[in-house]
Amino acid sequence: MNMKSWSVWLVLLAAPVAHAVEYRTVLPAQSSIGFEFVQMGVKIPGGFKRFNTQMSFDPARPETARATIEIDLASIDAGSPEADEESAGKLWFNRGAFPQARFVSSRISALGNNRYEMRGTLTIKGKSREMVVPVRYTPGKDTARFDGSFALKRLDFGIGEGMWADVETVANEINVKFSIAATGK
Amino acid sequence: MTSVRYTSPAVILHWLIALLIFVGFPLGVYMHDLPLSPTKLQLYSYHKWIGISVLLLVGLRLVWRVTHTPPPLPADLKAWERAASHAAHGALYLLMIAVPLTGWLMSSAKGFQTVWFGVLPLPDLVGKDRALGETLEDAHEILNFVMLGLVSLHVAAALKHHFVERLPFLQRMGLGGKE
Repeated sequence: MNMKSWSVWLVLLAAPVAHAVEYRTVLPAQSSIGFEFVQMGVKIPGGFKRFNTQMSFDPARPETARATIEIDLASIDAGSPEADEESAGKLWFNRGAFPQARFVSSRISALGNNRYEMRGTLTIKGKSREMVVPVRYTPGKDTARFDGSFALKRLDFGIGEGMWADVETVANEINVKFSIAATGK
Repeated sequence: MTSVRYTSPAVILHWLIALLIFVGFPLGVYMHDLPLSPTKLQLYSYHKWIGISVLLLVGLRLVWRVTHTPPPLPADLKAWERAASHAAHGALYLLMIAVPLTGWLMSSAKGFQTVWFGVLPLPDLVGKDRALGETLEDAHEILNFVMLGLVSLHVAAALKHHFVERLPFLQRMGLGGKE
């Protein structure tokens, strides 16, 4: 083998390493968004079955990363069929007027050790709040995972108005947990 | 006449459980058909706390029952009445266990853990399973109406023996005084 063919081989072998992976294709079947609320002192898990995530993340340049998540509120599991139905109403999500919840990132900063801080705006029921969301990045062979959890106050978004504003029955704090799987381009 | 009275701990347990059942049963019937509201969620919690309290108190009663002999029934009772009395009391003990137990299991199967008085979480003995939850709900309801029938019989029999046959009956579960 002459020098020229060696160098071709080297270039081919090095190619996947030289181009850093940018994750931008989300795998919905392997991703989840769940939550947990407390009702009369009892923890009740729930989640959303349908949501659309658009993202780009290059571990070499985290400051350019972006994420937008749109959640179809009709896909809720609020713990029971009765609660699912109730959650659509005006006092809860008012789903007729606001069918989706949306998160749009504004700034992502690296904290080291594959941990990141994602700032962004969460909009539910027409109300927007700035959120700071911790994200843990787990690299994989083809698929990377982005996990995190944060607490939101449901009354900040008017989730549960009127008689449901009573936080003794349904606590104000809701824990949200997400795990997003994505592949490189 | 020898003492025909149950001991004080047994009497207190009897009336405490009676009180809880007389509150818990109508509460269960009432709350079931309410539209979803914070009040409904509160009533469900109170109902569950009452049920678990009955279950614990029945445990204490069973301890009393195996360590004590109940006072003898009046000699005037007929043999079939004694047999019916023993059968009814046995069935009431079973129901005082089975009714709260089916409620607890139903709650777990429907995905709502029971947290006694909002403080003590009870384990979910079955996982979330909608079909199982509905079966247990039916069982809970049927057992409750069997219990309603037996409690009615129990009260009617005690009153009949006491007031119609003039046997010293109600003082068996009274808190002392004249004996």
